[in-house]
Amino acid sequence: MNIVSQHQISSDLPAWFSEQQKQAWTEFQSVPQPTRHDELWRFSNLKILDLARWHLASAPADVDALLARSRGLSDLAAKLVFANDRLILREIKNLPEGVLLLPLEEAARDHEALFERYFMKHPTLLGSAKIAALHRAQLKTGAFLYVPAGVKVEKPIELWHWSEGDHIAIFPHTLVVCEEGSSASVIDHFFSMNNEASFVAGVNDLIVKADAHLKYIAVQNWSRETTAFHLNTTGVGKNAVATSLQLNLGGRYIRTESNSRLLEEGARSVMLSINPMDADREVDQRTFQDHLAPSATSDLLYHNALDDRSRSVFSGLIKVGTAAHETDAYQKVRNLMLSDEAEANSMPGLEILADRVRCSHGATSGELNQDELFYMMARGIPPQKAAKLIVRGFFETVLRRLEEPSLEKYFGHLLDRRLALG
Amino acid sequence: MNTLSIRNLHASIGDKPILRGLNLDIPQGEVHAIMGKNGSGKSTLAKVMAGHPDYTVTSGDVLLNGQSILGMEPDVRARLGLFLAFQYPMEIPGVTIANFIRAAVQARLPEGEELEATEYYAKLYAKMDELSIPRAFTSRSVNEGFSGGEKKRCEVLQMAMLQPRYAVLDETDSGLDIDALKVVSSGVNALRGPEVGMLVITHYQRLLDYIVPDKVHVMAEGEIVLSGDKDLALKLEAEGYDWVTAKN
Ligand SMILES: Nc1ncnc2c1ncn2[C@@H]1O[C@H](COP(=O)(O)OP(=O)(O)OP(=O)(O)O)[C@@H](O)[C@H]1O
Ligand SMILES: [Mg+2]
Repeated sequence: MNIVSQHQISSDLPAWFSEQQKQAWTEFQSVPQPTRHDELWRFSNLKILDLARWHLASAPADVDALLARSRGLSDLAAKLVFANDRLILREIKNLPEGVLLLPLEEAARDHEALFERYFMKHPTLLGSAKIAALHRAQLKTGAFLYVPAGVKVEKPIELWHWSEGDHIAIFPHTLVVCEEGSSASVIDHFFSMNNEASFVAGVNDLIVKADAHLKYIAVQNWSRETTAFHLNTTGVGKNAVATSLQLNLGGRYIRTESNSRLLEEGARSVMLSINPMDADREVDQRTFQDHLAPSATSDLLYHNALDDRSRSVFSGLIKVGTAAHETDAYQKVRNLMLSDEAEANSMPGLEILADRVRCSHGATSGELNQDELFYMMARGIPPQKAAKLIVRGFFETVLRRLEEPSLEKYFGHLLDRRLALG
Repeated sequence: MNTLSIRNLHASIGDKPILRGLNLDIPQGEVHAIMGKNGSGKSTLAKVMAGHPDYTVTSGDVLLNGQSILGMEPDVRARLGLFLAFQYPMEIPGVTIANFIRAAVQARLPEGEELEATEYYAKLYAKMDELSIPRAFTSRSVNEGFSGGEKKRCEVLQMAMLQPRYAVLDETDSGLDIDALKVVSSGVNALRGPEVGMLVITHYQRLLDYIVPDKVHVMAEGEIVLSGDKDLALKLEAEGYDWVTAKN
């Protein structure tokens, strides 16, 4: 049975939640399939919407092996590990009083009002409403992090979402709520156990209230046969800062939809993405910087390095609403073309309805700088290694925007490994 | 045989000839200086020797200890022991000095041999101290946001770490204040020795007070037009280049 014809509701979930899932299933069936005439699917590969290939995942076969590989930073506050939409590890080392880090079904059961207030409250605007409905209907578990007002979680919290099995589908979910004046860093890993084809429809929602600080990093390393949707929303309150980074290391076809809402005065959202692309892999990036309040900042920086026959699509909109005077909004996409056969399509967009606004947007595509390459070779570095170093540097400039040296170092190592740099 | 020999070298960019039959021998153990007007082809000579792809060598040869290097890729030439300190060093965003130099040192090790990190950093820090380069520079991107003088110091740092057999320094003194000039010169002098040949391109006689050359050459329109000892530099400083042209 595939994910389009079979709707399975987990018995772990409370009745009110299951009821919503049934509605979501109906919605999934009624929402029309996007076509290439939809603006939000321009240049997209519509093959990824062929969903009948994928089957609901059964329990993972080798939990020990999965746990052995769920190792990230050495110094953590807590860790949750999910595999095939089942919680396989909950490790709380050092979480301050009042912080909740729970699998979703427990949050829905034991903290109903709190959870209900934030769970999938914002509509999916960037093209994948049908996938979002499917996610909601088929969801079994996920991570819920709640940081109460004023609480600072010093060390990072790690989440892992594994897929294991051929032609299976999983529906990872992460919901983070940072109350007023709190702070946290979350590293969300999306990994495949084997090089098997799989399907992922993930949702990540970040709610960052006044004066709170959240760093959220999604390390995506799905198998090279995986089709994945990652639907992200971020809502930022007064003088709060949300920094999110997508480190897309793997996957065959990755579509990310990232919607950042600047809800109150002085809010700041930093949206970063790093994409080493090769072979026939494709990344489809849809973004929305939605300025709803004055004096807020959004700052998007996406770096794609495209080798072989890989492809990227970027479509981004900055919208400065009528109330959003004194907005600072930036959008920068850089495509580093490493092969003649690679392809980059960029569609930046701007809609300004307020006054005294500073906005810039732009997409550039360029090849490796020959003078940089020569400079490195003149030091004895072989051209292939020199090219890798330049690509690594191209990504490093994004990593630095995390403004957190220990995290930069960790992700730097992952990139070194990905680029086979010793 | 232990010489960097430039034989009747002709090179063009596009179809514009720049080097027009240049001859020069720099034996190991000697320091030679080249002076010459703006646009006379000094940097072109340096880049042609290093193998810059924009230039075409139309005739002549460059021999490193008897071996022609013109058919070699730039990185191969560098690993053979040729070093060029650039007049305008490139900025490489996101690549730290430490990682950059490390890759260059690593490239000189035999296949499969890994650079020992502690040793590498100990050596790097020692050389940085000698050149009065603050430690914090190791984590900055190569040349990005560096002042003119900092870039030149960084070139000398790379040279000190790579210990070439032949070094070409293209206006490494330009943009240096007096103190930096002394530091950089002593860095260069530290590398001098019977095993090393150097070619120092400069506009200023002042540098040659610190790095005293064995020979001074004057370049004009892509050729060496006059050679002499270090006093030639003083003469040029006093009389200008028209004196050379008039003399010929
Ligand atoms: N890429 C290029 N395209 C066209 N002309 C070039 C190029 N590079 C160099 N040239 C020309 O070649 C000539 C020699 O330049 P080069 O940089 O070698 O001079 P130089 O002696 O180093 O001058 P300076 O003292 O100003 O550094 C100049 O006329 C310059 O304009
Ligand atoms: Mg020059």
